Amino acid sequence: MSVQKIYMSTTNKIEQVKSGNTSLSNGEGRGEAKEYNILNLGPTHPATHGIFQNVLKMDGEIIIEAESTVGYIHRAFEKLAEHRPYYQITPITDRLNYCSSPINNMGWHMTVEKLIGVEIPKRVQYMRVIIMELARISDHVICNSVIGVDTGAMTGFLYIFQMRERIYEIYEELCGARLTTNIGRIGGLERDFSPKAWNLLDKFLKDFPPALKEFENLLMRNRIFMDRTVGCGPITAERALNYSFSGPNLRAAGVDYDVRVMNPYSSYEEFDFMIPLGTSGDTYDRFMVREQEMWESVKIIQQAIEKIKKEPEGVFHADVPDFYLPPKEEVYNNMEALIYHFKIVMGETEIPKGEVYHAVEGGNGELGFYLISDGGRTPYRLHFRRPCFIYYQAFTEMVKGAMLSDAILTMSSMNVIAGELDA
Amino acid sequence: MEQNLISLVENKLKANFADAFVSAEMIAEYPTFIIKKDSIADIVKFLYNDEELQFQYLTTLAGLHYPDNKGEEFGMMYQLHNLPKNYKIRLKIFFSVNDLTVPSITSVFSAANWMERQEFDFFGIQFKGHPNLKRILNMDDMHYHPMRKEYVLEDGTREDKDDKMFGR
Repeated sequence: MSVQKIYMSTTNKIEQVKSGNTSLSNGEGRGEAKEYNILNLGPTHPATHGIFQNVLKMDGEIIIEAESTVGYIHRAFEKLAEHRPYYQITPITDRLNYCSSPINNMGWHMTVEKLIGVEIPKRVQYMRVIIMELARISDHVICNSVIGVDTGAMTGFLYIFQMRERIYEIYEELCGARLTTNIGRIGGLERDFSPKAWNLLDKFLKDFPPALKEFENLLMRNRIFMDRTVGCGPITAERALNYSFSGPNLRAAGVDYDVRVMNPYSSYEEFDFMIPLGTSGDTYDRFMVREQEMWESVKIIQQAIEKIKKEPEGVFHADVPDFYLPPKEEVYNNMEALIYHFKIVMGETEIPKGEVYHAVEGGNGELGFYLISDGGRTPYRLHFRRPCFIYYQAFTEMVKGAMLSDAILTMSSMNVIAGELDA
Repeated sequence: MEQNLISLVENKLKANFADAFVSAEMIAEYPTFIIKKDSIADIVKFLYNDEELQFQYLTTLAGLHYPDNKGEEFGMMYQLHNLPKNYKIRLKIFFSVNDLTVPSITSVFSAANWMERQEFDFFGIQFKGHPNLKRILNMDDMHYHPMRKEYVLEDGTREDKDDKMFGR
């Protein structure tokens, strides 16, 4: 069989599988029943960037059927959260989508603030916006550069990772940690941005756009990259909505749902930015939507810095002594501060009864916290709406009829993070 | 807007599902409707198809467990979203521990597939009509449903870890 012929028969098979005729090569050749190969992809496979198992039924290189198994790093977060005081749940949220943990932290703080009814000063809200947008950039940088790696382009990944390092240096200056940040507190932030943090941020904003431009030059109109990603793992807007997609994956399919715009939190309504949209929902569109979102994030951070300059200096938390830990010097020297410190740490603070749902636009979609409080020291029930748990179930449908290597690419472009998937 | 929405949905539900409607109330910014469990799939389908409401996005669903409410120990919560109009509602059902079957909404929302599997895994709620109801996050040979309140976080027989003071 010539190469051209093999190629033709492959494309025909793909068409047949897509049209639902999966008994494609039944009796092909000598009238014998076709045998399929079962390929176990994962749980620990170097190309899946995390612990995912997919059992694939293959006809040559084409996937006929797929079944996903998840739960390999399930840590029972929802059960754990029922046994911890509110402030101790923040580190749990770090470990959901660990590529953008500050967004998860902020989302959790805002959920509790909604429950107890705290008014957060504008300056703190803008500072939170800066942190969340930095986290979004670091999340998208990882996802997009990994798409590059999976298409065989290692260079962009190595260059742009320096920029993620710079973001982590800013986190380190803000909270002392890099990956699992535990950044911010209920009622505000644990400390003000230091002059060094402002410097790092300014320097990052100066250096990031050229670096991102360089990264885009490597991939965006690259013939090989485009051939590889256009039309790879597509999903229609209708199916995406039915699968409750959110975040860049939904927007790549052409639906303009962004929590920041539709249900603004932390003063996002005051910012001027665009929601980038794709049309076909394939890997290239997902890549492009994330790429564009990073530019928008840079714009948002610049606006937030301007807004902070107009706010009174030195405010970094709301005045809620019942929930916000007093500074250590005061705890040692001041009776009132000691009492508050003791009450917060021992979980004796009065938490109102109630039921709230708060959603933030996480790195990969709508991250929601559904919290029921019965007035006790721990939540009565806490449910996480984890975006990638919800949209990863469409993976088997999206790769049906695709090549094995396209399945790898589809998975990395969906930004599925094992920590969030398995919670 | 929320006030209009709650009466709008309430009237529609009362007109079409008079027997199944229990109560309506605003909780935080969410209009919340308690309905009877047997009609949940029909109501979700009705809200999906209704011209005016079009709740065509399933935000999330979650199981609930209140062991002290006799006869209504278990519950389910569904959050639906109409994206074009930004309407958001929450539906709740409560049912007894003796009858844990709930109609599945997977025929309306494909997204409910894994979400319902997760709640089955956590609470043991049986979703009738689910295409593939088996555990998802925990091991298949686990013999209990860990999110029920009666299951303690740590081994209850251990005496060396006394954390009562810290709320565990």
